[in-house]
Amino acid sequence: MAQALATLREKFKEQEKEIAALREKVAQLEMSKTPAPRPDVKVTPPTSLTAKSSLSNEDIMRYSRQLLLPEFGVKGQINLSKTSVLVVGCGGLGCPLAQYLAAAGVGRLGLIDYDEVELNNLHRQVLHREENQGQAKALSAASAIKSLNSTVQCCPYQLQLSPENALDLIQQYDIVADCSDNVPTRYLVNDACVLSGKPLVSASALRMEGQLTIYNYKGGPCYRCLYPAPPPPDTVTNCSDGGVLGVVPGIMGCLQALEVFKIASGQGSSLHQQLMMFDAQDARFRSIKLRPRQSDCAVCGQNPSVTKLVDYESFCGSAATDKCRKLNLLSRDQRITVQAYKLMLDKAEPHLLLDVRPLVEVDICSLPFSLNIPLSQLEAKNSDDIHLLRERISHLKHQIAGISQPPVFVICKLGNDSQKAVNILEQMSGLQVDSIIVKDICGGLMAWANIVDPSFPQY
Amino acid sequence: MAAPLSLHLEFGGGAELLFNSEKKHQVSLPGQAGPWDIRQLLVWIQQNLLKERPELFIQGDTVRPGILVLINDADWELMGQLDYQLQDGDTVVFISTLHGG
Ligand SMILES: [Zn+2]
Repeated sequence: MAQALATLREKFKEQEKEIAALREKVAQLEMSKTPAPRPDVKVTPPTSLTAKSSLSNEDIMRYSRQLLLPEFGVKGQINLSKTSVLVVGCGGLGCPLAQYLAAAGVGRLGLIDYDEVELNNLHRQVLHREENQGQAKALSAASAIKSLNSTVQCCPYQLQLSPENALDLIQQYDIVADCSDNVPTRYLVNDACVLSGKPLVSASALRMEGQLTIYNYKGGPCYRCLYPAPPPPDTVTNCSDGGVLGVVPGIMGCLQALEVFKIASGQGSSLHQQLMMFDAQDARFRSIKLRPRQSDCAVCGQNPSVTKLVDYESFCGSAATDKCRKLNLLSRDQRITVQAYKLMLDKAEPHLLLDVRPLVEVDICSLPFSLNIPLSQLEAKNSDDIHLLRERISHLKHQIAGISQPPVFVICKLGNDSQKAVNILEQMSGLQVDSIIVKDICGGLMAWANIVDPSFPQY
Repeated sequence: MAAPLSLHLEFGGGAELLFNSEKKHQVSLPGQAGPWDIRQLLVWIQQNLLKERPELFIQGDTVRPGILVLINDADWELMGQLDYQLQDGDTVVFISTLHGG
């Protein structure tokens, strides 16, 4: 009897385990299931838009408030429903743009993005939801668009726009909206639009500012007419470095949607040969008259040298993403890993930890024992900061009498600025400050958070 | 001898970071024999306003690629670029292009 009971109990336990495992599997599958259509990995032409000659009762109901506008009316609505728009980038600009165009009844939206939704996107990329973290942005945006207006044809492309696929894609659309976040993609989109004769509505945003222009439109300039040479890579700031207030790309994406809307409905864009700039800090717009198409432009000029798409990453000297670049300025013995630094901390070895991030980042998070002197102040040889540094180093030297060169470790967010700082400190060593040994902590505080201390905030 | 020139300079799109994060600068250029042009203004800016890392603003005798110059709300390309002769009260804006989205 007791034996049978024990066997049954054992069996019961096993079954319970099995059920728990199944439950977990179901949960996992539910998490990963995607309601949106499969992304087009290779570019297949979508079915053509059927030209409506009149509006259905449902169309009239849905769009009545914009049908009442004499500038738009039934004709505008029908034109819009025949128009296809390619959205390059489903981020801070692409989300509001796609949202308003879909709501207004655009015929087809192509949504390109190679990236996946991350928590730090959600403050500005307003089509994505918390539960879509880790999902492809193109799919996440497409599913949001579908639930907003199911009559809009929606083509998600989970891919990086490249010289190989750009022309195929762009040729299938009437208007292109550049909502990308990096320089090589901006040149690529421009050239592809010039080569295929499509108007390009281009917006950008950073920190508290935005810019909006239409390129390759009615004799106006293209992007290359304005910017024949790419900016030096180290002058380019991206949103993950410089920050951006979410509402700023929101405003720019909405204005961009407005210009697309006006072209699609037949009114035409007001930004022909014009650049609109927005300063959120001053709540001020400024419109600038731009140069016309330049006859010596490399792509849209009279004797173009760019007649097919080229390698834009090497033209610009930077990668076609907004992810941070990794510098490599130092030799291996000038750097230590976060793990090695942690071991040193555990052994309580005396040293100075110098954090060279700007104050606004130190306010977000820092290691409590670090000394903060921003790189810019080191570069400027700010006298107060040099004085502070000299004092801390000489204090450290007294603390570890016997060691001729006290160790100084330099840290920043990702390990780029800290390398520049190591070079500056090495020049100062033995001159403005006591002789020191300086090392860079590889990968910075984000490596610290990833590898050593998961409770340390990531930003 | 021309009289001193009063100018309104603005920096934006991140270019202001090279000027102590000040976007607006009211400046006065000293009187000189001939008129001031943009080429000379760039030299003056480099000597008087731009304290560090001039390569992030100037390249050769012009602005670095990626900075757009606007004279009284028009693209400098329409105004004669470096040769534009500055007038008293002109507004000159230097805008770094934005790429983020
Ligand atoms: Zn051009």
